[in-house]
Amino acid sequence: MRHHRWTRVLALLLPLALFAAACGSDSSSVSSDTTTGGTSKDLKVGIVYDLGGRGDQSFNDAAAAGLDKAVKEFGLSKPKELEPNQGGENRAQLLRLLAEDNTNLVVAVGFLFADSVKATAPEFTDSTFAIVDETVDAPNVASLKFAEEQGSYLVGAAAALTSKTGKLGFIGGVETPLIKKFEAGFVAGAKKVNPNATVDVKYISQPPDFSGFNDPAKGKEIANGQYAGGADVIYAAAGGSGGGLFEAAKATSTAAAKHWAIGVDSDQYNLVDASLKPFILTSMLKKVDVAVYQTVKAMVEGETVGGKETIFDLKSDGVGYSTSGDNIAPDVVTQIETLKKQIIDGSIKVPTA
Amino acid sequence: MSGGGKILRRIGWGLLPPAAALLFALAISSIVLQLSGNSPWTTFSAMWEYGTRERTLITTVNLAVPLYLSAVAVAIGFKMGLFNIGVEGQYRLAAVMSAAAGAAVSLPPVLHVPFIILVAMVTGAAWAGVAGVLKATRGVHEVIATIMLNTIATGIGAYLLANYFQDRDNSLNTKTKLIPTSGWVPSLNRLLGSVPTGANLQGFLVGALVVGILFYVVVWRTRFGFDLRATGLNPFAAQASGVNAKGMIVRTMLLSGAIAGLVGLPEMLGFFHRYTLDFTTGLGFAGIAVALLGRNHPVGMAVAALLFGFLSSSAQILDLKDVPKEIVGIMQGVILLSVVVAYEVVRRIRAAGEVRAAAEHDRVREPAAPVPA
Repeated sequence: MRHHRWTRVLALLLPLALFAAACGSDSSSVSSDTTTGGTSKDLKVGIVYDLGGRGDQSFNDAAAAGLDKAVKEFGLSKPKELEPNQGGENRAQLLRLLAEDNTNLVVAVGFLFADSVKATAPEFTDSTFAIVDETVDAPNVASLKFAEEQGSYLVGAAAALTSKTGKLGFIGGVETPLIKKFEAGFVAGAKKVNPNATVDVKYISQPPDFSGFNDPAKGKEIANGQYAGGADVIYAAAGGSGGGLFEAAKATSTAAAKHWAIGVDSDQYNLVDASLKPFILTSMLKKVDVAVYQTVKAMVEGETVGGKETIFDLKSDGVGYSTSGDNIAPDVVTQIETLKKQIIDGSIKVPTA
Repeated sequence: MSGGGKILRRIGWGLLPPAAALLFALAISSIVLQLSGNSPWTTFSAMWEYGTRERTLITTVNLAVPLYLSAVAVAIGFKMGLFNIGVEGQYRLAAVMSAAAGAAVSLPPVLHVPFIILVAMVTGAAWAGVAGVLKATRGVHEVIATIMLNTIATGIGAYLLANYFQDRDNSLNTKTKLIPTSGWVPSLNRLLGSVPTGANLQGFLVGALVVGILFYVVVWRTRFGFDLRATGLNPFAAQASGVNAKGMIVRTMLLSGAIAGLVGLPEMLGFFHRYTLDFTTGLGFAGIAVALLGRNHPVGMAVAALLFGFLSSSAQILDLKDVPKEIVGIMQGVILLSVVVAYEVVRRIRAAGEVRAAAEHDRVREPAAPVPA
C-alpha cells in the first residue's frame, strides 16, 4: 500500500525532473539564435500565406514561387514565411509581427487579409504592404488584383470546344464572391462557343468553413458525380481540392469516352503525378508568382509600389491558360487565341458574377 | 484538523494535477523540440519574452474571453452529463443572426448592445434546444445531434448571409452591414492607462466575468443548479428523488446554447462590428478543451482559458525564430491528456487516504462503543 502510493507521487514528480533535464542539457546553444536581425542591407521581405500555406500546389504555391524567384535573383536573405491559425483569428497579429521585425515588404496572400492590412498598415508607415486579390486604399499598400474571369472565360471556351456531350462541370472550393468570378467567366466562355452547353456548378463548402480549398476527397466525390451525369470536361477552382478532380478524371475515363479536367492558378500539368497528366486539358493561370516577383523587383529597384492598384489581366499577361502537354487541340487553341484578342481589345466584356 | 487547514489542503490537491500536467507538457515539448533540432530553452524564453509584452498580454486576454464563454457553455452541459459538442454551430449561427439584427435596428446605446446580446442568446439557445428536444422526446444522443447541427448551421449561416444579410460592395469579403456605433462595445483601454498603438482590450471581458459569476451562482446556489448537478452525478437517483429528467435535458441545452450564443460577440461587438466571411471558427471545439482543463469550475476555466490564450498569442513569435509553431498544439494536447490522467491519480490517492483515515477513526472508536451482548 505505502509502496504503491509513492510510485504515484513519483509519477507526478517525474515531469519536473524531465523538464529540468531537458532545459539543463541545452544551455550551451542559447546564443545560437542571436544572428537574426541581419547584417545585410538588402530588402527584407516577409510573407503571410493564407490557409494551406506553401505546398498547396495551387494559389499559395504560386506566391511562394514568385518569392523564391525574387530571392534567388536579387540575392535577398531568407524571407520569413508565416501562416495563420486554422480559425484565422491571428492574421493581423502576424502582419504586425513582420512589420515590427523591420520587414520592408510584407506580402499578404489572399483577400481575407484585407481588414488586417487596413488596420495594420497605417501604424507601420516605414514598411510597404502588398495584398493579393483585394484593394486596400493606403499610401503604403500595393493592391495586386487579378481578372480571373478572363482566364476562366478562355478555359471555358476550351472546355466547350473539346466537349463531346456539351455538358461541363464547375467545382468551386468555397462559395465566395472570388470563386464566383471564376464560375462566371467559365460559364460565359463556354456559352460563347456553344450556346447549348450546360454547366453543372457545385461548391464544396460554404463560408466560414474554408475546408473546401483543401479537401481532395470531396472534390473527387463531386467530380465523379458530374462525370456520371454526362459531363466530360470539369474545371475546378478549388485550390488543393482540385487533386481529387484529376483522380476522378483518370478513374472514370474509358477508351470510348475521355474525361478531361482543367486545373487552376498554377500550371497544374507540371505539378501532378505523371499518370494524371494525360487528363489535364489545360490550366487557368493566375500568375500570383508574377505579381509577387514584380512587386519585390520594383522594391529592389527603389520604385514606390505603395498606394497603387495593379490589375493582372490578359492584356498584361497576368492571367491566361496553359498548353503544357499539348492535350488541347490546335484548332481549339486558334479559336481561343481569337477570343483572347477580342477580350484584350475590349470587344468582349467578361462578366464577373 | 481545523477548517482553514482543510480548505488549504483541498486547494493544494486541486492545484497539483494541472501543475503537474503543465510541467509534463513542458517536458514532452522540450523533448520534441530537442529531437527536431530546436533549443527548448531558446524557444520557451522567446515565447515568454514576447508573451509578456503588454500588447501580447492584451491579445491573450482577448483570445481568452471567447474561449471562456465557450467553456462555460460546454461546462453547463457537462455538469449534468450532457456533451454539447455543438457550441461551434450555435455561436456561428448566433453571430450571423445578431450581426444582421444589430445592423437592422437603430436604438440608443443602452439598449442596442443588450438587444444584440439577446438575439445571440436566443439564437444559440434555439439551436441547442433542437438537440435537447430530440434527446428528451426521441432519445437521439446529443453528441450526434449537435455535431450534425453544426454542419447545418454552417449551411444556414452561409445561405442567410449570401441571400439576405449581405452588404454588397466591391470587396470580395462577404459581410453583413456595419452595426451602428451605438451597438459597439467600447474597449477597456482606458482602465490600463496607456496602451501600445493598435492594442485594444475588448470590453466584452466584463461580459465574460458576469457570465462566470452567474454560472457559479446558478449551478451551485440554486435549486435548478442542484438538480443539474444531481442529475449529472446520478441520473437515476435524481429522477427517483423527483427531478424531471426530460425537462432538465431541454432546459440545460437551452442554457448551454444561450451562453454559446455569446462566444462570437467579443470580436464582433468589439472589433469587426459585423459578421464577415472570415469570422473566427473553431472556438466551440477549443471551449471543450478549456472546460476539461478547468474542471468545469468558473475559476479553473478562467485560468485554463488564459493559459490557452497565452500559448497561442505567444507562439506567434516562433515563426520568426524558425521554430515550428505547431509545438504549441502539441503542448495543448499533452496538457489536456495529462491533466485527465493526473486528476485520476490524485483522486485515487485521496480516496485511498480517506479509506485509511476512516479505518483509523474506526479503530480508535471501536473500544469506546461496547456492543450490547
